[in-house]
Amino acid sequence: MAQIVCEDLVLGYEGRPVVSGLSFEVKAGDYLCIVGENGSGKSTLIKAILGLQPPMSGRILLQDGLQPSEIGYLPQQTDIQRDFPAQVREIVQSGCLARMKHRVFFGRAEKKLARDCMERMGILDMEKRCYRDLSGGQQQRVLLARALCSAQKVLLLDEPVSGLDPNATLELYQLIRKLNREGITILMVTHDIMAATVYASHILHIGDSVFFGTAEEYGRSRTGRGFLSAEEGILGSGGSGGGGL
Amino acid sequence: MSGWLSRLAVYFSYPFVRYALIVSVLVGLCAALLGVTLVLKRFSYIGDGLSHVAFGAMAAASLLHLADATVLILPVTVLCAVLLLKTGQSARVRGDAVIAMVSVGALALGYLLMNVFSVSSNVSGDVCSTLFGSASILTLTPRDVAVSVVLSAVVLALFLLFYHRIFAVTFDEAYARATGLPAERYHLLIAVIIAVIIVMGMQLVGSLLISALVIFPAISAMRLFSGFRAVTVCSGVLSVIGSVTGLVLSVLAATPIGATIVAVDILILLICSVIGAVRRR
Repeated sequence: MAQIVCEDLVLGYEGRPVVSGLSFEVKAGDYLCIVGENGSGKSTLIKAILGLQPPMSGRILLQDGLQPSEIGYLPQQTDIQRDFPAQVREIVQSGCLARMKHRVFFGRAEKKLARDCMERMGILDMEKRCYRDLSGGQQQRVLLARALCSAQKVLLLDEPVSGLDPNATLELYQLIRKLNREGITILMVTHDIMAATVYASHILHIGDSVFFGTAEEYGRSRTGRGFLSAEEGILGSGGSGGGGL
Repeated sequence: MSGWLSRLAVYFSYPFVRYALIVSVLVGLCAALLGVTLVLKRFSYIGDGLSHVAFGAMAAASLLHLADATVLILPVTVLCAVLLLKTGQSARVRGDAVIAMVSVGALALGYLLMNVFSVSSNVSGDVCSTLFGSASILTLTPRDVAVSVVLSAVVLALFLLFYHRIFAVTFDEAYARATGLPAERYHLLIAVIIAVIIVMGMQLVGSLLISALVIFPAISAMRLFSGFRAVTVCSGVLSVIGSVTGLVLSVLAATPIGATIVAVDILILLICSVIGAVRRR
């Protein structure tokens, strides 16, 4: 049964539609990559799924007992974060806030959950370190651990590898795949089309033409072929960060 | 040595000096705790703008011959805090321009009001003490002290209760929103608290210098510590040290209280920067 169903969505800003006719569904355990040109509405779609921006028309349904609070989110990094004085543990624990309802302080359960999530992301040994002293890849793992604190079922990742070096990119992709194999549904916005076709089970392409289907279907489709070959033309064959599987 | 100590003992036997001490500790503590969030969220300019608004409101209050100026200043400043924060977030209006306009406008209108309508014989003296605090803290009444004790208790309680959520909203607003934290409401809370601190601090250091109490201790603490809680606690401690030292120095040397406190805060920042630089080697 599908966890997230989008029916004939129209998304946009200030009454101006950016993307329309969007229909797709995500089942438990899927790995969906959302690709498309800049400004095609990828981030808007993420916001809509998170319930931060209502669609102009159409519906987004959470099914299969999925609660909004069970969707974890990895936003793009902001300027504020780069030089933010905070310990890794403080950041990861803040992911537990959603489950605390109106309680004021963290209890033993939250602290344990934060530790478990740090362990899963392999950052337990740096829990006391300062976030701004970490490498880009380590920072993303911290934010992933935070997202895991609130999400048991679905992770929404907004361009998680942007700004990472090839090694860190590969590591992060493998970490995400590991989570996916543990049963967490992944929705990832990415520019890394090559990695998308390698790792994803499904691909949603939004832009002038909308495509939704499995990764294999995407490679055969007109939209996919056009986009992939354009990508190869620009990057050359070695341009993808996620090429080494 | 014992000379200035006994002089200090004499001064502190006066209740108004003790009142000044209480208020300076409280204002310093509150301003510094919130200062960390303000600086990190890039909101420090809002504090600066609000202090000018508070000056304008003060002028209006003296014009209306209000017995207690806080009755007018507090609501006006809180209202402006909310408005500034709202416009600062909307992409359509240039947030920084709005803040600059409001702040300069309030300053000009406040000065104009004081000049045109003032019944006092010493307008420039009044203006100066509103801007720089000068000696007004030594005229605090027990009621003023009670008001600032209550206000700072409220500020501290709110800060403690919402500490983790304030951290989450400061560090990553997008994530906080996505997990269902009402970020808008916390911004509002932060804005209201800033306004309250500014109004409290006006009596101590005056409206031009209050932003110093918000910014300097926070920046100093960030030179020394790397965790959010450590920075916040250190900021509060440094600010209290700065306020008390500044007050004592100003009483001994007969210097303006506000400016002396800020000078001590600057000195603390220099020391912390040196320590931070040495440790990072």
